[in-house]
Amino acid sequence: MAKILLEMKNITKTFPGVKALDNVNLQVEEGEIHALVGENGAGKSTLMNVLSGIYPYGTYEGNIIYDGEICKFYNIKDSEEKGIVIIHQELALIPYMTIGENLYLGNERGKACSINWNETYGEADKYLKIVGLEESSRTLIKDIGVGKQQLVEIAKALAKKARLLILDEPTASLNEDDSKALLDLLLKFKQQGMTSIIISHKLNEVAYVADKITVIRDGATIETLDKATDDISEQRIIKGMVGRELTDRFPKRQNKNIGEVAMEVKNWNVYHPLYTERKVVDDVSFKVHKGEVVGIAGLMGAGRTELAMSIFGKSYGTRITGQVFIQGSEVKLNTVQDAIDHKLAYVTEDRKGNGLILSKSIKLNTSLANMRAISRNGVIDGDKEFLVAEEYRDKLKTKCPTVEQNVGNLSGGNQQKVLLAKWMFAQPDILILDEPTRGIDVGAKYEIYCIINDLVAAGKSVVMISSELPEILGVADRIYVMNEGKIVGEIKGEEATQELIMSRILKSSKGEQ
Amino acid sequence: MEKKINISEILKKYTMVIVLIVLVIFFSANTEGRMVLPQNVNNLIAQNAYVFILATGMLFCILTGGNIDLSVGSVVCFVAAVGGKMMVSSKMNPYLTMLVMLLVGILIGAWQGFWIAYVRIPPFIVTLAGMLVFRGLSNVVLEGQTLAPLPESYLALFNNYIPDIFGKEGFNITCFAVGILMCLIYVAFMLKGRTDRVKKGYQVDPLGGMVIKMAVICAAVLLFMFRLSQYKGIPNSLVWVVVVIAIYTYIASKTTTGRYFYAVGGNEKATKLSGINTNRVYFLAYLNMGLLAAVAGMVTMARMNSATPTAGSNYEMDAIGSCFIGGASAYGGIGTVPGVIIGALLMGVLNLGMSIMGIDQNIQKVVKGLVLLAAVIFDVVSKRKSFIVK
Repeated sequence: MAKILLEMKNITKTFPGVKALDNVNLQVEEGEIHALVGENGAGKSTLMNVLSGIYPYGTYEGNIIYDGEICKFYNIKDSEEKGIVIIHQELALIPYMTIGENLYLGNERGKACSINWNETYGEADKYLKIVGLEESSRTLIKDIGVGKQQLVEIAKALAKKARLLILDEPTASLNEDDSKALLDLLLKFKQQGMTSIIISHKLNEVAYVADKITVIRDGATIETLDKATDDISEQRIIKGMVGRELTDRFPKRQNKNIGEVAMEVKNWNVYHPLYTERKVVDDVSFKVHKGEVVGIAGLMGAGRTELAMSIFGKSYGTRITGQVFIQGSEVKLNTVQDAIDHKLAYVTEDRKGNGLILSKSIKLNTSLANMRAISRNGVIDGDKEFLVAEEYRDKLKTKCPTVEQNVGNLSGGNQQKVLLAKWMFAQPDILILDEPTRGIDVGAKYEIYCIINDLVAAGKSVVMISSELPEILGVADRIYVMNEGKIVGEIKGEEATQELIMSRILKSSKGEQ
Repeated sequence: MEKKINISEILKKYTMVIVLIVLVIFFSANTEGRMVLPQNVNNLIAQNAYVFILATGMLFCILTGGNIDLSVGSVVCFVAAVGGKMMVSSKMNPYLTMLVMLLVGILIGAWQGFWIAYVRIPPFIVTLAGMLVFRGLSNVVLEGQTLAPLPESYLALFNNYIPDIFGKEGFNITCFAVGILMCLIYVAFMLKGRTDRVKKGYQVDPLGGMVIKMAVICAAVLLFMFRLSQYKGIPNSLVWVVVVIAIYTYIASKTTTGRYFYAVGGNEKATKLSGINTNRVYFLAYLNMGLLAAVAGMVTMARMNSATPTAGSNYEMDAIGSCFIGGASAYGGIGTVPGVIIGALLMGVLNLGMSIMGIDQNIQKVVKGLVLLAAVIFDVVSKRKSFIVK
């Protein structure tokens, strides 16, 4: 048996109100490629952040044993000194610097008061050769494509004398050829003795490169599969990823009453706002009926948020084409106000960034999207506003001392309720809920599901975007599966299983659809 | 339902008011009471009228996200130059001239607002350019000369005093009567608001705290008006200032438009996704700043009785300083008009007090700079747990 390079023992990490990691164990042998798989939010990235010192020693329980000794990392520098280098999903390169400058950022060659540029670029060129990137190290990062940037990240890791390379979704934004090249590079490094941990959703890639696969689910290690001895087919991995028991986590809905089509979107196309050649939403058509909950499932980056925001008053993307029909007639939603006027609401996934004004009161946040209702001729009726805020506080059972309280002081679940209150007060007929239960605890989740049930019972339509498959299965009447900007499947609620949804996603990733 | 009194919260909320009171006492003690002589109290208003007006406008810019307007001093000068040219050189009607001055201010505001709001050029850059452009244009309009004197009918609008209808020598009864009336109206409003809220079952502040607050405010107003009565009565410039403050306090606290400024500064993305036209909010901030700069220009010109190419130098710094001392957040979204007025008063008291004490001009600048820094440090640090950012 080869030497164990890294062992993470009984790692437990809690965030306020949420246990992100619960007694996680991970063993990585020297010279192997170890894959870490699991659903969104399973805790993979958290685990890697613990390992690399982003969450410093002392903020978690358990031990990291690396190269035979217990390590206490207080920041990334500490872990990098040991040769543990993490490459994040979002590339951390500075566009207006050269490849060479980026390679040695924070690790400059020469003296602090006089950088040795010859050494910088000379060494950089050497590393670029190793990763097979045919570019001068004096090229600006902004002038090379994403695939090449990923290689620069790897070269940067090598320049830091990495012994353990951690790649978080390295191929998420790469096309097939670039992905293949990257994976082959990892295999080449392996032969030279490098150890790697790769986090990926693309199970075919995992099966291709990994020696061992550790499955994480709900913040706990489920199993570790060994390529040599175990079955590592996709079916087998998926079973590990989703195989949890569905207990009674979803409120039952009484007498469903699904009516006619409330909103229909036809042939919707959206391009990325900056990289205008990249198609983010590709010819998507879907509809939602009155009194129906439609789920949109998919992995992160599948284009679901982009789809929703582009419909909601063109809040995302450029070159948007397609048609939207609301209650049977075509509408043009050019601004958010247009969308609100047509009784559409979009409840963002990013409640802190896009949804709430944290430094302001519950009252102000509740009325923000429908100020007309609490004012006359532009003058706010403070009493009315107060009453409205109280009414929604009672309705949604938001826990807070008063509605004058700043939203920033509330827990995640209560913030989510304020966000829902804001959009319910806008009196919409159709609500698009984007990850409505992200980062909130189980009890609050249940209450959110109840609110959703009440909404549809009142004849409203709900489109729920969620990365949590059990949630989609538990709440939705009909499910669209989205992947890489396309709708790759439509499944009736009663027929849907986690395995079915996952396999639709994975099939389309491989281009079989 | 009454809220509980929380001493530390009150201290935090009224820090600058307490500092202001302490400063007034300090300067009175160190100048044998000269600080609070009737004439000096009058000067505090007359000398600082422009600061109150500009700081009010600046608050709305800062609310949108800590954005400042560096050009106001130059705009004040340019507007005054245009006014001087019309009234002094061309002997035109003062009222027509004032209208044109306001229009010029609005146009300048629209010009800067367009680039900031719709083209999203950083406000710092746009207004830095404006600072140079309008200072230069003032010189061009005035041909480097000082234009004086201004027509009497114009000066009267700003520099005169509200006449005393009782006509008693040495004490302006009208002035004091207005003070009493203001206190009565204020108390009546507060009590009515409170009883309304109690009737509807809303939470209210404790009665004791409210009485103390009203007593302090009334005492300050009466004392202030008493001093003014001993001098020449209510200066017209005070009327202008009070009108501006009243209008903008109302806009900021009671209107949807005012609310948008706080929302944009709190979280622009969330505001935009709530269907609010955020570009328009930025535009309005700078449009309004232009308008108020024109008003300040009129006041400044009247006080100096001339239009000169150097008028308004560093006015932007007074306005920005007042806002931050008065509790506006450097990140936007937080700040009130009354707070900013307290900030401006504090600056004014510092200026006046140190001048009476005969402190060197340069030391005065050092003190004002340190006060500004201390105020913002207090604002930033009091909102988080640790002093040093880790």
